[in-house]
Amino acid sequence: MDASAATSVEPVASGATSKPQRPWLRQRSGSVGERAIELGLAACSLVSIVVTIGIVVVLLYEASGFFAHVSLGEFLGDTMWTPTFTDNQHFGVWPLVVGTLMTATIAMSVALPFGLLAAIYLSEYAAPRTRRMLKPALELLAGVPTIVYGFFALTVVTPFLQGWLPELGGFNALSPGIVMGIMIIPMVSSLSEDAIYAVPDSIREAAYGLGASKLPTIFRVIVPSAWSGIAAAMTLAVSRAIGETMIVAIAAGQSNTLSFDPRGQTETMTAYIVRIAQGDLPTGSIGYQSIFAVGLVLFVMTLTMNLVSYRLSRKLRARNRT
Amino acid sequence: MSAKLPSSLLRRRDGVVAEIAFVWLARFAVFAPLIVLGWLLGGLAIDGLGRIDWAFITELPSRKAERAGIWPALMGSLWLITLTAAIALPVGVAAAIYLEEYGRQSRIAGVVEVAIANLAGVPSIIYGMLGLGLFVRFAGLGKSVIAGALTLAILVLPIIIMSTREALRTVRDSLREAALGLGATRWQMVRQVIVPMALPGILTGAILAVSRAIGETAPLVLAGAVAYISFAPDGIDAPYTALPMQIYDWTSRPQKAFLVNAAAAIVVLTVVLLLLNSVAIWLRNRYQKRAY
Repeated sequence: MDASAATSVEPVASGATSKPQRPWLRQRSGSVGERAIELGLAACSLVSIVVTIGIVVVLLYEASGFFAHVSLGEFLGDTMWTPTFTDNQHFGVWPLVVGTLMTATIAMSVALPFGLLAAIYLSEYAAPRTRRMLKPALELLAGVPTIVYGFFALTVVTPFLQGWLPELGGFNALSPGIVMGIMIIPMVSSLSEDAIYAVPDSIREAAYGLGASKLPTIFRVIVPSAWSGIAAAMTLAVSRAIGETMIVAIAAGQSNTLSFDPRGQTETMTAYIVRIAQGDLPTGSIGYQSIFAVGLVLFVMTLTMNLVSYRLSRKLRARNRT
Repeated sequence: MSAKLPSSLLRRRDGVVAEIAFVWLARFAVFAPLIVLGWLLGGLAIDGLGRIDWAFITELPSRKAERAGIWPALMGSLWLITLTAAIALPVGVAAAIYLEEYGRQSRIAGVVEVAIANLAGVPSIIYGMLGLGLFVRFAGLGKSVIAGALTLAILVLPIIIMSTREALRTVRDSLREAALGLGATRWQMVRQVIVPMALPGILTGAILAVSRAIGETAPLVLAGAVAYISFAPDGIDAPYTALPMQIYDWTSRPQKAFLVNAAAAIVVLTVVLLLLNSVAIWLRNRYQKRAY
């Protein structure tokens, strides 16, 4: 499981290495057979573009059915979300958006400090041997299926927290939020560590040479130098928290009104989609269409965060090169 | 990082209380998540191990928790990952070969690169919605194993492409030059030199992709997995369930006995995952020793 985190969370890292000179790449393939093989391989690489377009088309097509019934004003203006009710239907997406942001915020308030401290410890303090053992161990956390974390949140963490907070409900935002945060720690720590690792040693030596001790060097020199990379890691982590599904679907409950209380039932966009998809809704019904409208919002939110993260990490690379 | 610094700088600890406190805090940040992981796995083993026996593996699900088993889910998962690997591996490896060995400087490669980076960050449930809209409904595959496998194949495609590219990059250019210099065509070079050299890396990536696919739940909920089913799939168009779906179903029930079943099924899932990952690590260690 050790490398799974690295391959699944580091889309931005691919293509980072400088491209070597390969004169033969400028030539065309020789025979007809060679040419056919090249075209076949190229066709396979186009699948990624087709899939990207496919996602956008499916979401837009199905959501357009939803928006034919519901105005954008109601979708973004109402604060109740009851599309599957037979009467008293409301189509305000805010309860789901707030639920999503609440669990994501709780997750980040766990993942950010732990992930960043772990990254600093691993890159600046740990002996090489300790580092070699701890890094894969941490990445095990990212390899555990999310359904297992959901089970853990519901059956272990919630009862445990209820010992401290008696008013905590059996379904709540707090417990899945914390568990989600723990799951994201390796992602934050390994990406932040890469950013810290990329800070040139000359900068460290300069700080030490000017008489700074280790702690000020870390916080005033190294972390600020690596900041855009760390910010990229954080943004990617937020995107992951927003899109996480099974933990919240199992442990957060359901809710159709606006609520800011992390102790009570909370429904995220992802949990709503899963709950509705489990039932057997006929194609074209408003309930079926509503999951695509919610999915579209989710897709736009995560895409924005991923693009921001991509930009930030490119900025870091550009600066480290100079 | 620190390895690059002279040891006099490494040992530079000014003995300030703040720094000692900070180091302990940072140590805590590393070990606390690991302790939680131990707590999670230990708890599952305590809850679940006692429930696992041969009947649990070979029985069908049941309304009575004590008699329920995971046979259809286990078989469903096997069908799913076999089909997923059969679909995603050829396409992913071919795409990576194109991007690394042919199209590096073409404009399409740049667009593909952005698309892959983007797809790797798309939440898995969105893939489920694509599967529902495209395979289950539009293509008319219905709630079948093949619809689920196609969805998972698309989900793991970016992982396979990225890890294969990584593996291809480890093969030195001198080998490419040597092959071409001996008169090999480009495809002969790729097929007889580059791919065999990169094979361990490609296989490791493939196993990681499969272990990602086997643990996914959310996309399957959308792409047609059924929560309750009393037979194992007998073809690619058969209805199916999967281990994570079975775990989800049992976890959502209020009775304690079903939670025990869920814990036991998680133990089975974890064992399968550990086996897959040990094979991946073994492969990597075995072939990494070979110098090239």
